Amino acid sequence: MTETRSTCPYCGVGCGVVIESHGAQITGVRGDPDHPANFGRLCTKGSTLHHTATAPITLQSRLLQPSHRASRRATPRPVSWDTALELAAGHFARVVRDHGPDAVGFYISGQLLTEDYYVFNKLAKGLIGTNNIDTNSRLCMSSAVAGYKATLGADAPPACYDDLKDCTTLFITGSNTAWAHPILYRRIEDARVANPSMKVIVVDPRRTDTAGAADLHLPILPGTDVALYHGMLHVMLSEGLVDPEYIAAHTNGFETLRERVLGYPPHEVARTCGIPEADLVQAARWFGAPFGRTMSMYCQGLNQSSRGTAKNATLVNLHLATGQIGKPGAGPFSLTGQPNAMGGREVGGMANLLGAHRDLANPEHRAEVARLWGVDSVPATPGKTAVDMFQAAADGEIKALWISCTNPAQSMPDQNLVRRALERAEFVVVQEAFGTTVTCDYGDLLLPATTWGEKDGTVTNSERRISRVRPAVSAPGAARHDWATVCDFARRLESRLRPGQPTLFPYDTPEQVWNEHRESTRGRDLDITGLTYARIEATPEQWPFPEGATAGRVRLYEDGVFPTADGRAKFHDAAYEPVAEPRDARFPFSLNTGRLRDQWHGMSRTGTIGRLFGHVPEPAIEMNAGDLARLQLAGGDLVHVTSRRGTLILPVVASEQVAVSQAFVAMHWGEEFLSGSTSNGVKVQGVNVVTTPAYCPTSKQPELKHAAVKVLKAELPWRMLGMAWLPEAEAIAARRELKSLMGAFAFSSCVPFGRDRAGVLFRAAAYEAPPDELLQRIERLLGLGGRDVLHYVDKRRGQRRTMRLAEVNDQTQLEGFVLGGDISAEVWVRPLLQDQLPAQAYGRLLLLPGAKAPVAVKARGRQVCTCFNVTEPDIQAGLGGCSGTADQQFAHLQATLKCGTNCGSCIPEVKRIVMMQLKAA
Amino acid sequence: MKRMKLVMVGNGMAGVRTLEELLKIAPDLYDITVFGAEPHPNYNRIMLSPVLAGEQTLDEIVLNPLSWYAEHGITLHLGKKVVDVDRRRRIVRAEDGTEETYDRLLITTGSNPFILPVPGKDLDGVIAYRDIADTNTMIEAATKYRHAVVIGGGLLGLEAANGLLLRGMQVTVVHVGQWLLERQLDDTAGDLLRKTLEAKGLKFLLSAHTQALVGGDDGRVKAVQFKDGTEIPADLVVMAAGVRPNTELAEKIGLHCSRGIVVTDTMQTITDPRIYSVGECAAHRGIAYGLVAPLFEQGKVCATHLAESGIGRYLGSQTSTKLKVTGIDLFSAGDFMGGEGCEEIVLNDPYDGVYKKLVIKDDQLVGACIYGDTVDGSWYFRLLKEARKIDGIRDRLIFGESRADTDDTTTTP
Repeated sequence: MTETRSTCPYCGVGCGVVIESHGAQITGVRGDPDHPANFGRLCTKGSTLHHTATAPITLQSRLLQPSHRASRRATPRPVSWDTALELAAGHFARVVRDHGPDAVGFYISGQLLTEDYYVFNKLAKGLIGTNNIDTNSRLCMSSAVAGYKATLGADAPPACYDDLKDCTTLFITGSNTAWAHPILYRRIEDARVANPSMKVIVVDPRRTDTAGAADLHLPILPGTDVALYHGMLHVMLSEGLVDPEYIAAHTNGFETLRERVLGYPPHEVARTCGIPEADLVQAARWFGAPFGRTMSMYCQGLNQSSRGTAKNATLVNLHLATGQIGKPGAGPFSLTGQPNAMGGREVGGMANLLGAHRDLANPEHRAEVARLWGVDSVPATPGKTAVDMFQAAADGEIKALWISCTNPAQSMPDQNLVRRALERAEFVVVQEAFGTTVTCDYGDLLLPATTWGEKDGTVTNSERRISRVRPAVSAPGAARHDWATVCDFARRLESRLRPGQPTLFPYDTPEQVWNEHRESTRGRDLDITGLTYARIEATPEQWPFPEGATAGRVRLYEDGVFPTADGRAKFHDAAYEPVAEPRDARFPFSLNTGRLRDQWHGMSRTGTIGRLFGHVPEPAIEMNAGDLARLQLAGGDLVHVTSRRGTLILPVVASEQVAVSQAFVAMHWGEEFLSGSTSNGVKVQGVNVVTTPAYCPTSKQPELKHAAVKVLKAELPWRMLGMAWLPEAEAIAARRELKSLMGAFAFSSCVPFGRDRAGVLFRAAAYEAPPDELLQRIERLLGLGGRDVLHYVDKRRGQRRTMRLAEVNDQTQLEGFVLGGDISAEVWVRPLLQDQLPAQAYGRLLLLPGAKAPVAVKARGRQVCTCFNVTEPDIQAGLGGCSGTADQQFAHLQATLKCGTNCGSCIPEVKRIVMMQLKAA
Repeated sequence: MKRMKLVMVGNGMAGVRTLEELLKIAPDLYDITVFGAEPHPNYNRIMLSPVLAGEQTLDEIVLNPLSWYAEHGITLHLGKKVVDVDRRRRIVRAEDGTEETYDRLLITTGSNPFILPVPGKDLDGVIAYRDIADTNTMIEAATKYRHAVVIGGGLLGLEAANGLLLRGMQVTVVHVGQWLLERQLDDTAGDLLRKTLEAKGLKFLLSAHTQALVGGDDGRVKAVQFKDGTEIPADLVVMAAGVRPNTELAEKIGLHCSRGIVVTDTMQTITDPRIYSVGECAAHRGIAYGLVAPLFEQGKVCATHLAESGIGRYLGSQTSTKLKVTGIDLFSAGDFMGGEGCEEIVLNDPYDGVYKKLVIKDDQLVGACIYGDTVDGSWYFRLLKEARKIDGIRDRLIFGESRADTDDTTTTP
């Protein structure tokens, strides 16, 4: 067995992993005990990484060969790398020649490594001469970038993870840290244990697990953050909680801001935000507590907003006004959603940035970069940012698109626009590791990329720490490293665009790329000239780390000097403005989107394994029970969720986390998992068909966190549920086939399930029973196509049920079923299959309709702990007869059921269940 | 008072059942005389198959022993075939010259097996399967010969084939249809049945058209030849390709016949109101029934009229089928093939070898075809005969009577 130290490819916490491998096969993963981001811990997602890298999954889900579509919707035909890249170079050169460099666009990703990013940036800005290069970080961190720059002068998170140890007040706002950054949340739990007087305030419209565990939860109305911060500052001012000395010594612009916040008295702000005034005042007092140390953590709740920059900057205002920055346990701290959004920003991989935090608008910066690269100039015109880039493609302005390591047909808001863009663009290159993403459906050229476990380079996490990403196994099939593909393409393009000149891409290794990037940081705020690959391999280090330094800078601005012209931070004066699309009588619900605990982004990786669907198995819209009652909806009913841009259908569930007039859908459910067909026959493109492309005027980050929607009951009387265990080597392929049938129903969803076996679930609903042939096809894909099945059909009533039994481990088990028409038997048939219970006693009574099982079934229930497969009923039973405090009971559960003793991701939820039981008792 | 004279021609199950019904309600109304062509008292013809299979003896299947006739004062002429009736003078005459006068005549001549009009049909070893004599022939042949061919994959043919198999012969069933029992089963159930019987050792040739029976030098059949020219060896050929109502006498004496002796709802022949007819020879509303249940219903109606109480009317029967082959459960009733305006509910359980099909029309069960688990056959037959509306229990109907009633309401579009 070989062990390779690398970094987790999921969120921006940037945990170190040790990859175990045998030959070409990754066999295990564990947390790197020496990595300063996680000290050996991994969350549910990180600890299951090796399950996503098995041979059957690689063979079924990865792109393994370059391929070309002769025409749109044609089946891609395998081509050689040489043919593929010549084709691409020819197209791009032609478009640049005929329409100018701004007729091409690169849409890349915060999951690329710094080296990949660097060469992409050089390709666009240095070789082609366009700034049309933007990334999915635009959907993730650009408001944080703009917020930092507007106040502190540079895009640099000043605090670090270790500051949690020292803080006395932790202000979490717009972040469900417990789910989205679980390993960081473990540190918060540790800090609270070590410092019981520490106050945790959580600002979130939803009562998430993070909010539920807080000392104070402010469930503000969506988008009212700026009013809240102004209101808190108002209270701090009137109660003398600000730090006049710090303000005087290190900042500008406070007087203007003071004038502004005087207009935000707490009673009015409380009304604007929909929270009790006393809670607002309490939050301000804890935040500004004299002698305290206050740290803020924030994420998409602030960033994905049409006022994202103002939200970020006005939160930083609070830190500047109270002097809570530049000291241990203090400071604003943006959490990064992606593993290398930070690295991308460092190399300037966005439409408005240049390398090493240089500014595109600054002529000197442009000249510096041109000199570093050895080109005449870099273009001055800012490029198109994400939404504008797709708009430009939809308008015909951008004719060639190169998409790498991201899935815009899932993740971008307003999918109708995105699809128009992808349809209209003359040439679309999709450089991807996973062939299962919906964006691949639109690629004229598909280029297979390496991914986690195979890649080689560096990433930077939320606390400015650079870690090595190292390959444990070689690339599968013909897949190539992204940087290598870009360089190969660039050299071919050079021969067309600047023949005879020395190449700009003389790299043979990622280290050579990184070294060039390193040189570009010399003298900049993120100077890393003191680092080498070898050094980072030994210990992941924080920037800045200039030549001669012995350690990276743990914390920024400890001297009170900021990277602005006069060294002073700037207070940001911005009025509160509501969300771009306030809810109204026609669209009366605020739709919020966000992460699930066990899923990540578009699920191209987490979506390959069923065990990550144990916690939340299927797409649903969460709403307040009061709203459900008012709309006469019951849990499980299908609803139309409609915004001004589009509509989708999905089941509704009551959630105690969601406030009245609000709704929540997980961001992950793209067309690959959630689809259907609208009444005019248009295929539904996942959750982002309803979200808004409205963006922050400064950061250009779209408001994915808020869309006004209406929710109407969907009358789709014909329902279908199919579930089956399939051979591992077939499950994903079957799901891909099923995906192609999703548009045949008004509503459909298709997800994997199963912990140790591969299961596929297909759910659908329609106005009337679909043709038999379609159902037979679904049955075949679920292994129910043979004659060897229990079968019931009443065609007139649209009832059709098919079941397959098999002998497994000496007992008869249900291996697959399709319920069509009336699916109320799901409540007992599903556990029979999913929990692999003995089905001997049922025989053909399995075909009985209705929610009442012919023989009682004891379902295992919803999984809470993914590591040890502990369910909610297990936990409730485990608490039976248990006494003592909540902490004692929790400890009892950990001792008896082991839940929450491995990765810890379920701890907040287990504690919540303990509290609920205590309350009920 | 002088009693009226009732003469019954034919001594089969339908006729004797009519007499029994009559004796129950009017024991003293008639002097009764019965002519039987066979030398046996009334026996249960349906149980010939178990006799052939060796599961029952001939004695066990006798329904009315000679003593019964004596007890009821019935004059019984066994082995006497009636050859003529003088309707004007109301005299019945048998082959041997025996004559009886009547006031009421009941013709229950039953049916004759259909003999395929192919060359060789009169060879030795070619028989029908109709009565005790045929059964004995088969039992005897089984001790001497090896290859049996049964022509006809209907109920009777399969029972004969099963019996011969159990008696040690190699049996091939030659069937002109695409599946077995096509008048009782649909294709799916027919296939299930075939597989089960094949597993027992029977061979089947489906869609097979017999062209000739080939005889040996000894005058005995030795092979069956098909239209495609192929042959299979046969030492015994049993014709079980259906029956035809035996209307020979009725036609001779001028009664109107059309696929049977045409009778009214009171079981009187439409030609002569003194003459009644029940059983396989009678055509009621165009149908000559071949199953025992409707015939008993006919007998009951007929008896009331013979008893001069005149209340009963026969309106036709829904029929149901069972195959008397041990270990095989099948049931069919009504219009199980469906058709215009019909809807089907089908359940298939290959694990237990169970197949059920219910045919629904206008919210009523009109047909059922069940293979493998016939527990609910009688319940379906009741629903069918009662023409009950089934929409309330439709979703659970196929799971049987014990599962039909439930508090658990299911939603159905």
